[in-house]
Amino acid sequence: MGKFVRNFLKISINATRDMLPIVLVIGFFQIVVLQKPFPNLADVAVGLVFVIIGLALFIRGLEMGLFPIGEAMASALAKKGSLTALLGFAFCLGFGTTAAEPALIAVADEAASVASLAGIIGADKESLDSYAFGLRFTVALSVGFALVLGVFRILKGWPIQYLIIGGYGLVIIITLFAPAEIIGIAYDSGGVTTSTITVPLVTALGVGLAGSIRGRNPMIDGFGLIAFASLLPIIFVLIYGIIY
Amino acid sequence: MIDHILSTGLSTMIDVLPIVIILAGFQFVVIRRLPPNPKRMMFGFLYVLIGLTLFLVGLEQALFPLGRTMAHQLTAPEFTGSVEGVVNWRDYSWVYIFGFAIGFATTIAEPSLIAVAIKAQEISGGSLNALMLRLAVAFGVAVGVSLGAYRIVSGTPLPYYIMAGYVVVIIQTIWASKSIIPLAYDSGGVTTSTVTVPVVAALGLGLATAIPGRSPLIDGFGLIAFASVFPIMSVLGYAMVAEAYKNRKNRKNRTSRTEDQKRAFEERKSS
Repeated sequence: MGKFVRNFLKISINATRDMLPIVLVIGFFQIVVLQKPFPNLADVAVGLVFVIIGLALFIRGLEMGLFPIGEAMASALAKKGSLTALLGFAFCLGFGTTAAEPALIAVADEAASVASLAGIIGADKESLDSYAFGLRFTVALSVGFALVLGVFRILKGWPIQYLIIGGYGLVIIITLFAPAEIIGIAYDSGGVTTSTITVPLVTALGVGLAGSIRGRNPMIDGFGLIAFASLLPIIFVLIYGIIY
Repeated sequence: MIDHILSTGLSTMIDVLPIVIILAGFQFVVIRRLPPNPKRMMFGFLYVLIGLTLFLVGLEQALFPLGRTMAHQLTAPEFTGSVEGVVNWRDYSWVYIFGFAIGFATTIAEPSLIAVAIKAQEISGGSLNALMLRLAVAFGVAVGVSLGAYRIVSGTPLPYYIMAGYVVVIIQTIWASKSIIPLAYDSGGVTTSTVTVPVVAALGLGLATAIPGRSPLIDGFGLIAFASVFPIMSVLGYAMVAEAYKNRKNRKNRTSRTEDQKRAFEERKSS
């Protein structure tokens, strides 16, 4: 028990250090630049204690739970030797986590109002909802597909740079044909899809997979899944904007 | 307060539900074997849920409201002192500084980046330092958000910046060491998560609302894209600098050793 407490204290000190810059920046701009009083100091202090305990718990849980789960499942699926099961798992993980992502829901709703202002779709609730739903489905599909492609790359040991740079090239070409309203949303959608729980899980999946296949280096082959999950949504959303 | 914790906890749980269903489904239907230490894993998962809930509640109580109002106040004409109808990019210097500082600070606090950095340090056998990696990413986000704010103020098209960014990334990739490339590409997507997105998105929307001629719905987007491309550059750049430094140090050690040997040899000869 003593070890646990000591461990937790150490992580809490790190968490405090991690939160310090954000507190300093907001404090400096509030007091020095905007010259406004710092409101409800007690509230802020309580909130900060929550943030630090929360971050420390998260990091502890990461090392106890999320990383081992991702790695254990990756190596179990690799040992099973069924390509369908492995790629199916990758697709489900990408699709399932993205479809329910709150940041994506917010972006999709805003995108729908952009589209209706631009006159691409009607302003009634039904067409707004169907546009937003279509966009969410598109992004979720693209992330599922991205993880399948990324896992396949790990299995084959392909160098990542050709695939990603090729993808960037594709983004540039499709951008030329896409309506101006969708471009900002498409570029942003790559960043919003990867949530705080998905990232550690997907990272552990890649690293665990690369570690359990002979001839693969976890550093070179294990990372890169997130990169695919950030690139493919851009391409898919741009195409969605052109087709719609 | 307790209501807030409970409702955030509930929504975190709903967010994680699909993940749990997929993990459990594949575990029981396809793998059909318990992973090692299942109890410890369950506790870890529980810690992650509780931790993330407290983290979000605390941020929402302590920092997000201030950060969001700040983004609006800094971009408002009363603060920038810009004349109505005239957009002068120099009026917004505090906005660029705020974008840089808040981009840096929120990235350092980003839990998913901490996760990836821990993993990278572990796998590289410690040759890649987790904190240095996070600092490199944070610097990239800082420059990206700052430049993205300038883009909104100046009204220049987003694709030009992003394409130029891609070109730089491609050139860096040619020279970068193979082992850093996947991690660098990952860092773009990892940074824009729970802490960074709400504050940075508020800055973009605030700027696009305050500046005449910008549409919040069209120009307000795009800051996240900046925050995703620039870390790739900064991580690749950091790796190149670190390697050059290591090589120089190695070479220096080697030359000084040979000089020592030469001196020892001459001393022996003279005696």
